[in-house]
Amino acid sequence: MLDTLLLFLQRTAPELVQGTKITLQLALIALSLGILFGLPAALARVYGGVIARRLAIGYIELFRGTPLLVQLFLVYYGLPDLGLTFSRLFAASITLGLNSGAYQAEYFRGAIQAVGSGQMVAARAVGMSRLQAICYIILPQALRLALPAWSNEAVSMIKYTAVVFLIAVPDLMGQAKILAGRYFNPIEVYLSVALIYIFLVFVATQIMGGIERKMRTPGLEMEIERH
Amino acid sequence: MNDETIIRVEDLRKSYQESEIIKGISLTVREQEVVVIIGPSGTGKSTLLRCINLLTRPDSGRIWLKEQEITAPHTDEDKVRQHIGMVFQDFNLFNHLTALQNVTIGLTKVLRMDSREARDKGLWELERVGLVEKAASYPAQLSGGQKQRVAIARALAMDPDVMLFDEPTSALDPELIGEVLGVMQKLAREGMTMLVVTHEMGFAREVSDRIVFMENGYIVEEGPSRQMFYAPKFTRTREFLGKISELYGENRPGEMQ
Repeated sequence: MLDTLLLFLQRTAPELVQGTKITLQLALIALSLGILFGLPAALARVYGGVIARRLAIGYIELFRGTPLLVQLFLVYYGLPDLGLTFSRLFAASITLGLNSGAYQAEYFRGAIQAVGSGQMVAARAVGMSRLQAICYIILPQALRLALPAWSNEAVSMIKYTAVVFLIAVPDLMGQAKILAGRYFNPIEVYLSVALIYIFLVFVATQIMGGIERKMRTPGLEMEIERH
Repeated sequence: MNDETIIRVEDLRKSYQESEIIKGISLTVREQEVVVIIGPSGTGKSTLLRCINLLTRPDSGRIWLKEQEITAPHTDEDKVRQHIGMVFQDFNLFNHLTALQNVTIGLTKVLRMDSREARDKGLWELERVGLVEKAASYPAQLSGGQKQRVAIARALAMDPDVMLFDEPTSALDPELIGEVLGVMQKLAREGMTMLVVTHEMGFAREVSDRIVFMENGYIVEEGPSRQMFYAPKFTRTREFLGKISELYGENRPGEMQ
């Protein structure tokens, strides 16, 4: 069994490596876009006026309230009807990014609120503007507090990317589908793919753990819990 | 004492929802004066302080900082706050910064001082509150009294025209109160203009020039501290002073360690 698996891996390595690259690329882009959409949405929810707050809530609820697959199909098959046609990879990236952004917004919002209003008041009392207070006082603490939840999002995103094979993006899952069809051996194919996902998640967990250790500030969490 | 007026409040009013917290208060603080505000909880003392540095917008009334009317429209609030130091009941030190960084962040980010200069000034301010050896400690590694002294240093670093203290010792264990009062007494001796909300009657009596007794959003009585303690005009003032001294004891501003 192990021998056949190894032999099989050897034979399919190019495709699997190609798929892994795309999976990683998608996850990284989605997570980055997620920060880009999520952080402003979180700030709008906490500090924004009525309109900004409603827009942020609308975005967050839309993407958390519908299945990722539905979002993907709407973007890839639906939007062309409105004249917006995207490449597969672009449609996949933007959908995953928007989806991740909605979840990240909620993690960031929770973290910002956990920092406590006293920090904002104290920053303003020193003479900082709201924007300065957010940049220098609130976010450095909130981002540290959000790290554990964000790590979790990173791990989830690596696996969520698998849905993109349904719009024929040749990611790891897409390659698996092709290989399974070519060699008629679904067990080996999907087992190999599962192992690769586990490996990717393991590496991501290690990296995030390292960042968490590096960012640790004496007692920041302890101090926060009191509020 | 100097005659220059640092803060002038005129007929200030502030309501939250239905209830009026401050019902027309006028108050003047002159240069180098130490004014203590006393009164039962929930009578608007903290709100008054927060109005003075514009953390809370008053509904009506006017406030001057030196010659500038800061309640005037188009006032640059951030600029005003740079000239008013504030110390909070629960310290509110920036948790992700060391003691020194807490003191210097206003200098570098608000006043745009270069970081070498800010560091020197920061260390000097920490020295002033007796905590220079804790410069590298994070807030979580400090005692409550030490946190409050760093908070005082943080406010002092901006070279404010006046320092507002909002119950600076109320969140402290009794044995830590003395060190904070000691720093405040030292500041008063150095000629800092101070407006202090506190229940510490020892401090009020020994350090303040004037005591203001507030209740239900009004100033009931104000006067030189000796007069307020020994010959208040109103029975209500006498009752309150008697009760509060009994309740909180009389922590004397101790010498700093």
